[in-house]
Amino acid sequence: MRHIISVLMENEAGALSRVAGLFSARGYNIESLTVAPTEDPTLSRMTLVTTGDEAIIEQITKQLNKLIDVVKLVDLSEGAHIERELMMIKVRADQAMRDELKRLADIFRGNIIDVTDVSYTIEMTGDGAKLDAFIRVLDPDLIIETVRSGPLGIARGGKRLAI
Amino acid sequence: MELSGAEIVVQALKDEGVEYVWGYPGGAVLHIYDALFNQDSVRHILVRHEQAATHAADGYARATGKVGVVLVTSGPGATNAVTGIATAYMDSIPMVILTGQVPTPVIGSDAFQEVDTVGITRPCVKHNFLVKRVEDLAETIKKAFFIASSGRPGPVVVDIPKDVTDPNLRIAYSYPDKVEMRSYNPVEKGHLGQIRKAVDMMLDAERPVIYTGGGVVLGEASAELTELVRLTGFPITETLMGLGAYPSTDPQFIGMLGMHGTYEANMAMHETDVLIAIGARFDDRVTGKIAHFCPNARIVHIDVDPASISKNVRVDVPIVGQVKSVLHDMLRVLREHPRKSGGERIKGWWDRINGWRTLDCLRYEQGPGAIKPQYAVETLYNVTKDDDFYLTSDVGQHQMFAAQFYPFDKPRRWINSGGLGTMGFGLPAAMGVQQAFPDATVACVTGEASIQMCIQELATCKQYNLPLKIVLLNNGYMGMVRQWQEFFYDGRYSHSYVDALPNFKMLAESFGHVGMRIDNPADLEAAYREAFAMKDRLVFMDVIVDPSENVYPMIEAGKGHHEMHLSPHLSSDRELA
Ligand SMILES: Cc1cc2nc3c(=O)[nH]c(=O)nc-3n(C[C@H](O)[C@H](O)[C@H](O)COP(=O)(O)OP(=O)(O)OC[C@H]3O[C@@H](n4cnc5c(N)ncnc54)[C@H](O)[C@@H]3O)c2cc1C
Ligand SMILES: Cc1ncc(C[n+]2csc(CCOP(=O)(O)OP(=O)(O)O)c2C)c(N)n1
Ligand SMILES: [Mg+2]
Repeated sequence: MRHIISVLMENEAGALSRVAGLFSARGYNIESLTVAPTEDPTLSRMTLVTTGDEAIIEQITKQLNKLIDVVKLVDLSEGAHIERELMMIKVRADQAMRDELKRLADIFRGNIIDVTDVSYTIEMTGDGAKLDAFIRVLDPDLIIETVRSGPLGIARGGKRLAI
Repeated sequence: MELSGAEIVVQALKDEGVEYVWGYPGGAVLHIYDALFNQDSVRHILVRHEQAATHAADGYARATGKVGVVLVTSGPGATNAVTGIATAYMDSIPMVILTGQVPTPVIGSDAFQEVDTVGITRPCVKHNFLVKRVEDLAETIKKAFFIASSGRPGPVVVDIPKDVTDPNLRIAYSYPDKVEMRSYNPVEKGHLGQIRKAVDMMLDAERPVIYTGGGVVLGEASAELTELVRLTGFPITETLMGLGAYPSTDPQFIGMLGMHGTYEANMAMHETDVLIAIGARFDDRVTGKIAHFCPNARIVHIDVDPASISKNVRVDVPIVGQVKSVLHDMLRVLREHPRKSGGERIKGWWDRINGWRTLDCLRYEQGPGAIKPQYAVETLYNVTKDDDFYLTSDVGQHQMFAAQFYPFDKPRRWINSGGLGTMGFGLPAAMGVQQAFPDATVACVTGEASIQMCIQELATCKQYNLPLKIVLLNNGYMGMVRQWQEFFYDGRYSHSYVDALPNFKMLAESFGHVGMRIDNPADLEAAYREAFAMKDRLVFMDVIVDPSENVYPMIEAGKGHHEMHLSPHLSSDRELA
């Protein structure tokens, strides 16, 4: 099963490598991992997506908690939550294609954030499935480059992950 | 008080109450060595190889319960220490390892003797630090000691770049009384509801087994454990790491369990209905094949590390907490409970266990020929049992024979590398123990292969007058490897013969010690007595033992507790399950 785990950790050099090292040393899957400082600059928040059966996920959360730099974590998949991922996709956009690309981007609520004679760069957020769907509707020959942030997650309602 | 970084290191160790540091100098730590020079409250012990420094500090920590401290230089100093750090990590031993590092401005430039010590040690430490500013030094050292010794103990590396110890850079020093870390709050007390649940389960048990491990030793909970065992009347088995936490000579102790555990302990595990696991981590050498592990049992597990719980085996009643505190509460609940545990309810169970005991699974025959290793250990016990005695071990058959044939009645007396199984551990670990307890009798049981991995430390023993007693069970083979090759590779003894052995007696003498060679069982006891009477000399006993002896019982990897290989000496018509 796929799990999305949010981790609050000390914003220390090396904290990220402790998490990455833990996953490789213990052979856990890791699909994506994003990290950035929070509004409190001494803390970073990491979002990671992993897969495994119940026992493995239990070990993953315990082993993460055991890292000295980890302050708190939550397995967002255990409750209602929202996921968003950012994608930037650069596509070939000659004159003939421009209207069509703009229309598609609008349908998916994407924004064109860079324009040249030959290309558009479209910014889009959504859950992973939406971004996948957008990529699918594009002619693969048009895609020059894509970059995705990996998902971020937050619990629905008033709950919060904070110290 | 204004101090340089180097002086801060030494002063912090003093303030932490550190008596000994095991180490080896080099460029990156020269400022620290200079600060060590003009003081005598922290004693530095110069080893002959950094691996030995870590094992010695580790042995000291295992014997005393205090944090073992190591000081090594950058690069090769740090990498040589890694084996010892990993050894301590696997057995949850509290240590602080100070490593020198190249100066901060050149970190990352492949400077002379630069390695990424924090990166290399990350997977085998409880935590590590790179100290980049002298202002952070004292607090980081405080944190290191706190982390190493609290919760589930473990080694902590503090990597100190040379410029941070600059003698010309002086700052105000004060050592924090304590540290608070928002990200690290180990649990102390167990959940009372869970403890009650466990007690209810124990009261209903008809075939209970108490299975304990290194956590009881680390958590100083022998007294509580002993009381629990006595109060319940339950049988107790211990892991290799747990030996001595409950008196081994007591009839309620049914022996070590696991791969080389006793027949009665493993059979009891196979048939138990309620297993009470205390400070033990369900290691694969203990469980055998998980699918066959305690097939009929409900399991209670007390452990300070939540990650140990339900890691390999799912348990029914997890209790997270310090074993001493949890057992204290459990004893109270048990005493106040209207029902009594044990007694008539488990009489049939004891009959069954005592039936298994009659097999006498450790039996061996000592004839007039070669000395049997089992006899060598049993005799060692007879000679030393009234002493204030510590036994360290290397890794191999001799280690298992020691565990099986030397009944330890107190915790911290049996000191060996279980989790990593590090050959070379025994001699330096014994040095650490002897340093901690100068008047105790400290022996090291070893093999001719293992002892050669840190044999250079005989010089350290000479320099510091450590009167160790080394009992080398010399079978001419990497016996444990040979045994596996006999069983599982049709006797193809690939590279397990230990050829070109030195004359150990002369070798010991050349280091200034007493050497002995013993090959006749009739001489053994007298030789031991003579050796152990030399209170102020290191005596190296090269005991030539039967090269073909195997360790029994044995559970092959991937087999269940009921599938033991038994010694061919035992009558084979016996029904085993
Ligand atoms: C050649 C060889 C053969 C071996 N054969 C065997 C064998 O036959 N049988 C055997 O048992 N072992 C054997 N071992 C050892 C084995 O590999 C493991 O090291 C050992 O079984 C682990 O012991 P343990 O479960 O007591 O765990 P330890 O490694 O001692 O771990 C202690 C546990 O207690 C917890 N803990 C620590 N402190 C506290 C506290 N204060 N309060 C609560 N909990 C705490 C820890 O979190 C951990 O879970 C062998 C090793 C070698 C090298
Ligand atoms: C550093 C290290 N290398 C290899 C091993 C694998 N190993 C385990 S036991 C053993 C043989 C030990 O031989 P010896 O010290 O003579 O002890 P014996 O088994 O003969 O009693 C070996 C090679 C190990 N445990 N540690
Ligand atoms: Mg040998």
